[in-house]
Amino acid sequence: MSDTVIQTEKLTKRFGDFIAVNEISFSVNKGEIFGFLGANGAGKTTAMRMLCGLLKPSSGNAQIAGFDIYKQTEKIKQSIGYMSQKFSLYEDLTVLENIRFFGGIYGLSNTQISLKSKKLVDELGLQQEAKKLVAELPLGWKQKLSFSVALLHDPKIVFLDEPTGGVDPVTRRQFWEMIYEAAHRDVTIFVTTHYMDEAEYCNRISIMVDGKIEALDSPSHLKQKFKATSMDEVFYQLARGAKREE
Amino acid sequence: MKCFTSWQGVQKEKNSIKKVMRMKQFLTFVQKEFYHVLRDKKTLLILFGMPVVQILIFGFALSNEVKNSKIVVMDQAKDISSQKLINKIEASKYFDIEESIHSQGQIDAAFKKGAIKMALIIPAGFYQNLVHEHKAQVQVIADASDPNIATALTNYANAIVQDFQTELNTGFEMPYTIIPETRMLYNPQQKSVYSMVPGVMALVLMLLCVLMTAISIVREKETGTMEVLLVSPFKPSLVILSKTVPYLLLSFIDIIIILMMSVWLLGLPINGNIFLLLAVSVLYIITCLSLGILISIKTTTQQAAMMISLMGMLLPSLMLSGFMFPIENMPVPLQVISNIVPATWFNNIIKAVMIKGLGPSFIWKEVLILTGMTLFFLFVSLKSFKIRLA
Repeated sequence: MSDTVIQTEKLTKRFGDFIAVNEISFSVNKGEIFGFLGANGAGKTTAMRMLCGLLKPSSGNAQIAGFDIYKQTEKIKQSIGYMSQKFSLYEDLTVLENIRFFGGIYGLSNTQISLKSKKLVDELGLQQEAKKLVAELPLGWKQKLSFSVALLHDPKIVFLDEPTGGVDPVTRRQFWEMIYEAAHRDVTIFVTTHYMDEAEYCNRISIMVDGKIEALDSPSHLKQKFKATSMDEVFYQLARGAKREE
Repeated sequence: MKCFTSWQGVQKEKNSIKKVMRMKQFLTFVQKEFYHVLRDKKTLLILFGMPVVQILIFGFALSNEVKNSKIVVMDQAKDISSQKLINKIEASKYFDIEESIHSQGQIDAAFKKGAIKMALIIPAGFYQNLVHEHKAQVQVIADASDPNIATALTNYANAIVQDFQTELNTGFEMPYTIIPETRMLYNPQQKSVYSMVPGVMALVLMLLCVLMTAISIVREKETGTMEVLLVSPFKPSLVILSKTVPYLLLSFIDIIIILMMSVWLLGLPINGNIFLLLAVSVLYIITCLSLGILISIKTTTQQAAMMISLMGMLLPSLMLSGFMFPIENMPVPLQVISNIVPATWFNNIIKAVMIKGLGPSFIWKEVLILTGMTLFFLFVSLKSFKIRLA
């Protein structure tokens, strides 16, 4: 077993009487693609926000990249990347300006930034568009650019919150190739999605129902366990029992 | 021991590196904010178009002085004196005599049509009365559906009649006359720009700083970039702070534009110390920025931020700050509200420094109040910001 980069122990978040996340415990390994599934309102986003240091947990423990979730949020932030379901680059800045900005706020030096900008632009084939405003790019390219920017400061873990919403199948495919490549370089990928075919691409997945993790295993094991032919069926069997609605 | 000191040195060096990095992060952020502002034509138009237009409108178009008002004259005397008086009125820049009429009915009709603002009636025997009884009457009727204009016009008419009277008296020896000499301090010609410019400054800065800051922060929340920023190691308080820097600078440029326009275009002198004037303006800008921050933290959509800024801040600044209506004449509840409108205090400061030419000792109370307001807004913002993050 390779070393663990995310480790949670009975992590809980309460909002008043409402328990959004109920004692979840799991671990994610270095370089793993970890799918974090659940119906709307199951508590995925809340859990992810705690792991990113945006929300303080009500109880329980967690370590992200070896740092304590309560005391070392600064260090956690430096070691993670984040890409939200909303497009999260600045549309009124050019491709290069976006890269420079995000490199800058992660404290990269100017030489690092220009090296990385060039590499990134070459890899994505954006040479023609580098000085254009991001608003002019098609959505698929924006998402790919967004992912690359999230990886700019070489984080150990990247959190992707429904990264492929509204993207066409070809681009989704390309997007997942980028994810694989990153995982190959030992970056841990923590991804939420509603697409079950994407779930199949993950090394392991967890399925949250009503704030709890109801299942956690590799896609093939889960299918065996639930005697299902597809992840769709597995998800349906679990999520059907949910009492909470959005 | 040696080991200890060198460890301290390393620690110090680390801290200074950290500081340099923070500064660089901060500058990167400020640069990004400038891109946002300078690339948005609408923002630029509001930033630089609005102060210019406001000064032009309030300085020229909206004036308390009433000129070339249309009046009618009913001259029942038709003698030398009445003709002289009419000529005098005709010659003044305030009145245009529409027509001479002959019956009361025509006057009523003219008022009802709204064709005239005032009517002057000179009764029969005007000259005789003047010569024999040393006393004559004229009647002035004004359309008081707009009381301000009516008052201004009757004042002008009175002044002309007074003038006429003194001219008649030359040559005669009047036993007793008291002529009150009125001096209008600070604004001898009673020009309306004197009260307009401070008001426009307060208004423009309020609009720019509160509205623009609030919107620019809330926009990041709406587009989802705020989340990305909060996940980054960049400190949340610095996110907010760096958003205000461009507006601080640009508003300062706006003040200079307004002052230059008011001096060279409207002929308004700056009687006080210009540096004091700029310093208090910066204080007011900071008050407005902190209010903008507060609004942006409490709201989640650009629309809500805009509504609150416009309805909650702009209207009171316009109506209750003493810019349009004197605070002394307001009902007590409104007077109380006017006290919590920052523009009220800024208005006082600008009037004191710019027009009356007073020094710091006369505005310390207002400065203290604005400082207090700023600290209050920042404190509440910080508190609610932390609650949101928890």
